[in-house]
Amino acid sequence: MTLANLRPMAPELILIALGLVLLMLDLICRKKEMLAIVTLIGAILAFYFIKGSHGGLFDGMFIADLYSNFFKTVFIINLLLSTLISVKYLDTERALHGEYYALLVFATVGMMTMASAGNLIVLYLGLELMSLSIYVLCGFLRNNIKSTESAIKYFLLGAFSTAILLYAISLLYGSTGSTDFNKIANAVAVMGAGAALKPLLLFSVALFVTAVGFKIAAVPFHMWSPDVYEGAPTSVTAFMSVGPKAAGFAIIGKIFFVAIFGLHVEWVKLLIPISVATMITGNVLAISQTNIKRMLAYSSIAHAGYALLGILTADGDGLTAAMNYMLIYMFMNVGAFAVVIMLRTEDFAGDELKDYLGLAKTHPLAAFLMMIFMFSLTGIPPTAGFIGKFYIFTALIHSGQLKLAVAGVLISVISAFFYLRVVMYMYMKDPEVETPVSDSLYLKVALAISVVMVIVIGVFPGKFIEFAKASLILQ
Amino acid sequence: MLSKVFFLYFASVIVLTSSLAITRRNAMHGVLYMLLMFFHLAGLYLFLNAEFLAAVQIIIYAGAIMVLFLFVVMLLNLREDVQKSRFIRPWIIGFIISSGVMVIAIKAARSVEVVGTGRWGIKEIQSATHIGAIGQELYTHYLYPFELASLVLLVAIVGAIVLAKKRLK
Repeated sequence: MTLANLRPMAPELILIALGLVLLMLDLICRKKEMLAIVTLIGAILAFYFIKGSHGGLFDGMFIADLYSNFFKTVFIINLLLSTLISVKYLDTERALHGEYYALLVFATVGMMTMASAGNLIVLYLGLELMSLSIYVLCGFLRNNIKSTESAIKYFLLGAFSTAILLYAISLLYGSTGSTDFNKIANAVAVMGAGAALKPLLLFSVALFVTAVGFKIAAVPFHMWSPDVYEGAPTSVTAFMSVGPKAAGFAIIGKIFFVAIFGLHVEWVKLLIPISVATMITGNVLAISQTNIKRMLAYSSIAHAGYALLGILTADGDGLTAAMNYMLIYMFMNVGAFAVVIMLRTEDFAGDELKDYLGLAKTHPLAAFLMMIFMFSLTGIPPTAGFIGKFYIFTALIHSGQLKLAVAGVLISVISAFFYLRVVMYMYMKDPEVETPVSDSLYLKVALAISVVMVIVIGVFPGKFIEFAKASLILQ
Repeated sequence: MLSKVFFLYFASVIVLTSSLAITRRNAMHGVLYMLLMFFHLAGLYLFLNAEFLAAVQIIIYAGAIMVLFLFVVMLLNLREDVQKSRFIRPWIIGFIISSGVMVIAIKAARSVEVVGTGRWGIKEIQSATHIGAIGQELYTHYLYPFELASLVLLVAIVGAIVLAKKRLK
């Protein structure tokens, strides 16, 4: 095997090399800003190599196809945006350790491995790589008790959910005799209608739903997320509210739509109550939050519920809509967190809702951007959030799940209350305190990218929908 | 017949010691019961013709990991576990849910049917030796996961340093 044979995994290899280089560079580099720049360059290089990565490697253990490339695009943009919003923030928090960027990169490699896994074992290792890096990132502010609490909580519950995933994998292996997705799919197809009558297989499906539900923070496996999101450094919160969630949906596509698609009647039955409960719980509990990071945590729970609605259709349209939703969700959510980070200055935490009182008077631009992101998260046209929800509900209606579509629309009305409350605070109240905002150029670039994408996807959705549609594995 | 007796012995001791390990108030006792459990697990592996796994089980789990556990317990100097009121009081709910899951799991386990052995049946393993079989699979078919595991370990080491090093610049 020569290096040229490894072309399909070029993005991963570049990022792994980048992570190792960052670890070494940390030793000699005084100015940590340099590390961020190196990360950006490496990530852009990896991004460039995604296109043209096709083919399987290692006996089909690694599969680079359009489906995984879609998710890799999402993960690398997420890495880029998270790096951009971290530079100034880490300085403010006095947590300038070079390992930060290396861990971000390794977490991204983990997600990419999950998206291009062809085998349950690879999927598991990718998940571990992602989770381990993020556990550490959560506790990165070592002197902050909340950050430590967040890391411990995420680690303990994460380890537990990983154990459940392993149990699910072992049972699936036991009942089909393989860990390869396609072979499992064949084995399930051979069983035919009998597959749904095998308790072992059904138990394994339930365990998969549990383990994946934990990763995407679906109710009732969401308990960890508000505490973890609140305690973790804000830049990490932005990173982990998108990355692991999108990775969770990537493996939903791999496991549910490929390996055990033969059992789709069963897993749809399991997922319906979960997605409805997720939307309701996320939106209702977000109303009573006073901390904006907690509010965004509940909002991210709710968004996982919407995206799950797309999965429920168990067809290509729905999966496309969910993938598209993840892409849109990334821009609007990281954008909102970028504004939160913007408000964080030396002696001002800026993560309480009341800190946003009268922001439009003191910092009109920050307020305006926050308003766009809040509109998008609510799903008001012409922002991208509307397009995301629109395609999810259309896919649901086309597959005949009219009741669920109506429920989704009704529940998303609740969300308008707490998103628009932020807008109301910013525009219709008087400021209590006068504070400066961060003037980091990197942060501004991240904000500019997010806001432009939110508007562009909202106004010209065609291209992005086509991109998601073309990336589908089952058509 | 004899193998069944041995299996029953190992299996019941594993169940017994693991329930003892999680119910002891004294953390040290709990850890020692776990050690006993690991040894019996290694015995089970021996019965499955997996002597390499049995050795690894003893060297890594009973040797390295248990020592780490013991160090942690001794460093924390926990004689009795800390008495604190629980956030979620009624333990009975947890008990009902977990026994429910156990009943389902047992029901599911009873439906197991052996689908065939694949490439490595007992005969093939015996002729290639267990280490040989593992090595062949690990460095050919499973090369990619093997390399990935090294990356996972690297992240674990870096993470441990980031979180635990006394003074960071």
